[in-house]
Amino acid sequence: MGAPLFVNMEETISIILFGIGFTMLLLHRNLIKKIMGMNIMDTAVYLFLAVKGYINGRMVPIVVDGIQDVSAYINPVPSGLVLTGIVVSVSTTALMLALTIRLYERYGSLDLDEILIRMKEEERP
Amino acid sequence: MSFVQNFPFFSIIIAMFSGIISSVLDAKKARNLSLAAIMVTTGMSAAVLVFCLRTGESYTYMMGHFPAPWGNEIRAGVLEGLTAFFFGVVMLLSVVGGLDHTAKDVEKTKQNLFFIMIDLMLSSLLALIYTNDLFTAYVFVEINTIAGCGLIMIRQIGRSLLAAIRYMIMSQLGSGLFLIGLSLLYDVTGHLLMSPAKEAVAGIEAAGIYALPMLVIVAVISVGLAIKSGLYPFHSWIPDTYGYATPTASAILSGLVSKGYIFLLIKIFYRVLGRENVVASQIVNVLFMFGLAGMMLGSVHAIMQKDTRRMIAYSSVAQIGYIYMGIGLGTTAGMVAAVFHIFTHSATKALLFISAVGLYEVSDDKKDFRSLRGAGYRNPLAGIGFSVGSLSMVGFPMLAGFISKLLFATSALQSPHKMLPTVIALAISTILNAVYFLRLVITLYSIPEKGLEKPLDNGSKEKPPIHSSWKLRLAVLSFILLNLFLGLYSQPIVGAIENGLAMFA
Amino acid sequence: MSRIRDNYENSRCLKIKKWIDGEVDLLASGVEIEAPEEAKEAALPESDLPNPAWQPGMRRPKAAKRRRRNRDGRDIRYFRRIYQLMSVFLCLAIIFILLWTVSYLPAFGNAGNPDNNEVSARYIESGLQETGAVNIVTGMILDYRAFDTFGESCVLFIASCCVLVLLRIDAADGDARARKRLREADDRVFEPKNDVILQRCACVMVPLIMVFGIYIILNGHLSPGGGFSGGAVLGSGLILYLNAFGFKETERFFTEKVYRRVTLSALTFYCLAKSYSFFTGANHLHSGIPLGTPGAILSSGLILPLNICVGLVVACTMYAFYTLFRKGGM
Repeated sequence: MGAPLFVNMEETISIILFGIGFTMLLLHRNLIKKIMGMNIMDTAVYLFLAVKGYINGRMVPIVVDGIQDVSAYINPVPSGLVLTGIVVSVSTTALMLALTIRLYERYGSLDLDEILIRMKEEERP
Repeated sequence: MSFVQNFPFFSIIIAMFSGIISSVLDAKKARNLSLAAIMVTTGMSAAVLVFCLRTGESYTYMMGHFPAPWGNEIRAGVLEGLTAFFFGVVMLLSVVGGLDHTAKDVEKTKQNLFFIMIDLMLSSLLALIYTNDLFTAYVFVEINTIAGCGLIMIRQIGRSLLAAIRYMIMSQLGSGLFLIGLSLLYDVTGHLLMSPAKEAVAGIEAAGIYALPMLVIVAVISVGLAIKSGLYPFHSWIPDTYGYATPTASAILSGLVSKGYIFLLIKIFYRVLGRENVVASQIVNVLFMFGLAGMMLGSVHAIMQKDTRRMIAYSSVAQIGYIYMGIGLGTTAGMVAAVFHIFTHSATKALLFISAVGLYEVSDDKKDFRSLRGAGYRNPLAGIGFSVGSLSMVGFPMLAGFISKLLFATSALQSPHKMLPTVIALAISTILNAVYFLRLVITLYSIPEKGLEKPLDNGSKEKPPIHSSWKLRLAVLSFILLNLFLGLYSQPIVGAIENGLAMFA
Repeated sequence: MSRIRDNYENSRCLKIKKWIDGEVDLLASGVEIEAPEEAKEAALPESDLPNPAWQPGMRRPKAAKRRRRNRDGRDIRYFRRIYQLMSVFLCLAIIFILLWTVSYLPAFGNAGNPDNNEVSARYIESGLQETGAVNIVTGMILDYRAFDTFGESCVLFIASCCVLVLLRIDAADGDARARKRLREADDRVFEPKNDVILQRCACVMVPLIMVFGIYIILNGHLSPGGGFSGGAVLGSGLILYLNAFGFKETERFFTEKVYRRVTLSALTFYCLAKSYSFFTGANHLHSGIPLGTPGAILSSGLILPLNICVGLVVACTMYAFYTLFRKGGM
């Protein structure tokens, strides 16, 4: 297991980052940090994808000098997926931040548990 | 190529385009446009269903000028057409039934935005149903999530904002897992379209390489979609989400959104990973266990609720447990039962949410058991609707729920190892369902403690007795008919589901 | 009793203990510049959640309420401990399982990996002839896999709709609360107005940024870039301009109406153009869109107009996000 992990170092790192982001999104009480975690998680997946597209010693997939040989360029598919994914991640981040702002205006806290406590307090007659 | 074959693509684009146009329309026009879009797409789905039944085979549709492994593709068959048609009907009725409450709950200037969410929700559901491409599925899962979040938080009260952010957090966890699953799958197969990916998976299985990655891929994709659809241990966002959104949103979210993910999961099982591989990987057993746990604990939670809307929401947890149990059986019969229960549950749960609204209207918008005493007399049709829905959930003969329980039981008999737990869980869960649903039905038809006069007096002096609008009554009536239809004419539908699942393979 | 507890809660000892436990949350209490009036009194005991320390100058709630709050706090805290432990285990398990998986995956940078198959081969070998785009990635996302990209623009569209719902403040009906929110949301009061340095720099920078953004969009099919990245650059230029000169200047040319019209027309064009292309493709009709000479600006069929559309949508959406977050309107 050790040797392949070292060969796949980029994937290893992206997986660890994914785990960190996942942990933060799941575990952290602070909404802003949750959003940071979400971004780390998404970015880790994009890193993973980008790494998957890379081939040693080849060029960016932009045709130069009319060379259209497969052995000249890296795999363009993961790059395209990352481009699409980034937009999705931007959109969800904006939405989560807007929700956080509204919750902060409403309950005066960024802490999810604190917000829950305050909400329960308000609902008691 | 027949013109009907364009309809899946047309319906997705029409729903999406009406959403885009709605951003400059006022509330009323946006509403009409959205209703028209839902009707047109439902009609198109029906045409697709009829076409596929007649030709007896499914077809793929190129999205662009390039064939399968290169360009995007969608695919339509009997099951896709049926599901799209059914979802369209449920969506139409939920939107119609909740129109007045939508107008009340949503700020006037933002009502057109509500209908944008509805349109895009519809288009993303259709795309999830028809898609034949994994990455398209991911993109539309995200649209679905964001539109769902929009529908929850559009009420803009504290609780719904909190529910929305919890929903977003759980959904993002699910999406993250789903996306990493897709990336891993792309890494080992090199394909994103379902059909070539399936061939590649078969090649991998035959060669016996990448055994562990394949297992992890199955696990990660299943768990990701299970989190998004609210399977038992990941259900914490459900009660708040369904309990505090505006009625249309509750009905759509509980009836359709979670089902869309489950449908996608079934599709990925059949069309990409291969059902045999999934069964062999034991992941289905995990889903089976979670499903069983959900069936019972969801009902127990529901019994403990004081707020009736939260009770209905917890009952969704139990019903989603049923669906995953059916998938977890791992047999074709179990899968048929699961798909039939998807239909049953979306029709019944939407009926319950919409008719419950009719009951709250006559009880000063209070949602606890005491205020609802006698509400069945004050709003007869809503009372009948709620009773029919409850009986259907419990499994009363002639109603949809009975058929799905029958299907679950018979499919359990075919898988010897899981027969006993399934049957026992079904029995216990049915009893628990009966406890909380019939309790509420009895409450609805019991005379209020203080006597009937007082609320009536109040009503006659201050305001005339409230009648639900015709839209709500129409929706409740249609839902009742839909339930009866599913209960009485189940045979052709079950046949179509079997047919459609056979086309998936 | 409560006196003693108060003392304990304000002591260093507890603070250190909390810091070691990792409970002190810098963002939770430190981020706000000024909390809204009614939230302020509730916002103070932020960092010590289970037994809030009452600070001087703060109204004390009734004892019963406080006890209840403590009980709630204890319940939630107890729940949170279990939750934390479970989550840590879950996350470590996920990392471990995925790392184990990674060790079995194809090696990094190897040309023989399964993902370097006939799909990418066709994109590279005949992408130039089939799409007319020199940039193979752009050709792929806007022609071969255009449906995904259309979905992606819709994600951006619906996210901007959701943010509009959440943050746009409509004071049209003269609602006092809405007007109050509007006033609070306008943070222009706290900032230095008409900063000379910022304005001089913006005078130089904004045109450059704009030209750069337009260049990226127009050359999306020829060089790295495209609609999204160029749109983001354009949006940042607009935001810089807004920061330097204030809302009065930008509102001369960019209002909500403009935003709506631009987004609507760009997305409508996108939708119709792509529908036409999907329809003709699926029905095996000739689309009749000339691809032009590869390498020229006016080439590669629909890709250039689509890039312009995406760029416009993205630029407007970025700017809209900024203004909505900042003052609740455009």
